[in-house]
Amino acid sequence: MSTTAIIMMAVALIVVWGGLILAIVALRSRPERTEFPPGGEDDHREDMGIIEHDT
Amino acid sequence: MSAQHKSAPREQFTGQVGFILSAIGSAVGLGNIWRFPGVAYENGGGAFLVPYLIALLTAGIPILFLDYAIGHRFRGGAPQAFRRIKGWLETLGWFQVMICIVIAVYYAAVVAWAASFFVYSFGLDWGDDPATFFIGEHLQLADAGGADPWLTFDFVAAVLIPLALVWLVVVAVLAAGVVKGVQRANIVFIPLLLVSFGALVVRALFLDGAGDGLNALFTPQWDALADPEVWIAAYGQIFFSLSVAFGIMITYASYRRRRSNMTGPGLVVAFSNSGFEMLAGLGVFSALGFLALEQGVALEELNLTGVTLAFITFPAIVSEMPAGALFGALFFGSLVMAGFTSLVSILQVVSAALQEKFALSRTAAVLWLGGVLGVVSVVGFSTTTGLFLLDTVDHWVNNMGIVASAILMCVFVVWVYRRAPELRYHLNAVSTTQLGAWWYACVGVIIPVMLTIMLVQTVRVRISEPYEGYDETYLLYAGWGTVALLVVGSLAFWAFRWRGPGLYRAWPPYPPVEDPAVRKEASR
Repeated sequence: MSTTAIIMMAVALIVVWGGLILAIVALRSRPERTEFPPGGEDDHREDMGIIEHDT
Repeated sequence: MSAQHKSAPREQFTGQVGFILSAIGSAVGLGNIWRFPGVAYENGGGAFLVPYLIALLTAGIPILFLDYAIGHRFRGGAPQAFRRIKGWLETLGWFQVMICIVIAVYYAAVVAWAASFFVYSFGLDWGDDPATFFIGEHLQLADAGGADPWLTFDFVAAVLIPLALVWLVVVAVLAAGVVKGVQRANIVFIPLLLVSFGALVVRALFLDGAGDGLNALFTPQWDALADPEVWIAAYGQIFFSLSVAFGIMITYASYRRRRSNMTGPGLVVAFSNSGFEMLAGLGVFSALGFLALEQGVALEELNLTGVTLAFITFPAIVSEMPAGALFGALFFGSLVMAGFTSLVSILQVVSAALQEKFALSRTAAVLWLGGVLGVVSVVGFSTTTGLFLLDTVDHWVNNMGIVASAILMCVFVVWVYRRAPELRYHLNAVSTTQLGAWWYACVGVIIPVMLTIMLVQTVRVRISEPYEGYDETYLLYAGWGTVALLVVGSLAFWAFRWRGPGLYRAWPPYPPVEDPAVRKEASR
């Protein structure tokens, strides 16, 4: 392989795989936010219909 | 339908890893393996990296985030999510579902071919002439334009049976649900894909001639950077390979908990997709270099992309190398896994849309789509003219359907209904990585402009010269007819009454509430 090809290959792999590693490391160090706006609990209330009872 | 179906809570990925693997499974598909290496080679080699990375950052990641934001904020498959933005935009959602329907019927056929070749590779059944084997024996391709008509219903058992099996398996996965089906399939297949494809790449790197192949791929032609075509190719590659703008990422994002990080995992998905493309570039060009050396031909004379690369060139490589059967099994096994996980995601879009619009149970929706689309797929693509239909439909649905869908999404969501600030606020409120105002420039200007240029160019070329020299009447029905089908289908689905959940309030409220009394109300 020519020198320029090797350099370009190295640059490509470092940028893309390096970007992937950075993204993973960043996500692992802070997987979720600690503060959210109020609400947003997943209790499925709005997915549910009104419960109807036979009387 | 019954209250029981309506009351079922929305399915959810169990956590971040399941979501990330599923999204990677969707993004990493056949295009990563057989499209990227050839496109990079033809568009400047090593120099292609520059437009490619710029396209990733200015188009790929921003539009991925747009999909995530729409799906996560409006918690629905494409029609439901767009309907919650603006009632009639449900049509755009159905347009995306129609794209998935059309892609699924032919994509399943390619997965089935790959599965057959996985089996063939153990005995190197293609012999010395893989081209004749694939075209003549496996597909039994008709002599269209010559002795045979362009469309036949002569079924080929060797294609039909694996195709029917693929549909059975994919229906089983979808019927098992998001967690036990989709997520589980991806948790198994994506690591396995990485290991098997990684092993294949390492083997390929040590073949004679591998250096020549990599030289061809990575030697930069810097003057290519002045060529607008190269930039369009880069935006096209990023755009097609990420599986954005046709509902998949909207649907998957809608299965995440409300309080969950979106942009952080999004970056992992986007870089994994490109990382896998790089891996494919290394493996494919090492192997091509080896074949060129063995056969004493120049590399550019080989088939470098698409179906012919996978099913004709690769079998030839496998035949030439020591322990070829293992190498072939790894390659076609990887194709099956990459394709299958993408097929699952494409059909999940359809399943979610049917469940929500018609208030169907998951099982009912999956049986409907599996029954109808499975039959269409088998009837259309396991015949002696299946390859022509596949090639034509693929070209039109990708280059016109998906591109138009993305342009419409940007125009209506960003410009007409002005929801970009709300979507950015949503992503920033739940995510660790914050989006700056630059995101507006990407989704509002760069993406629609680049894609409009691509679309206009494709339409002009297709009007002036018939695709691949196919018959013009055939292309009118199979190609332009596909585009018409997307439009008619989306209007037809829209016309039905919405039976799914009605009133919806997005969380967190926008504009953000500051008044303590209102805050209390919102947090109730």
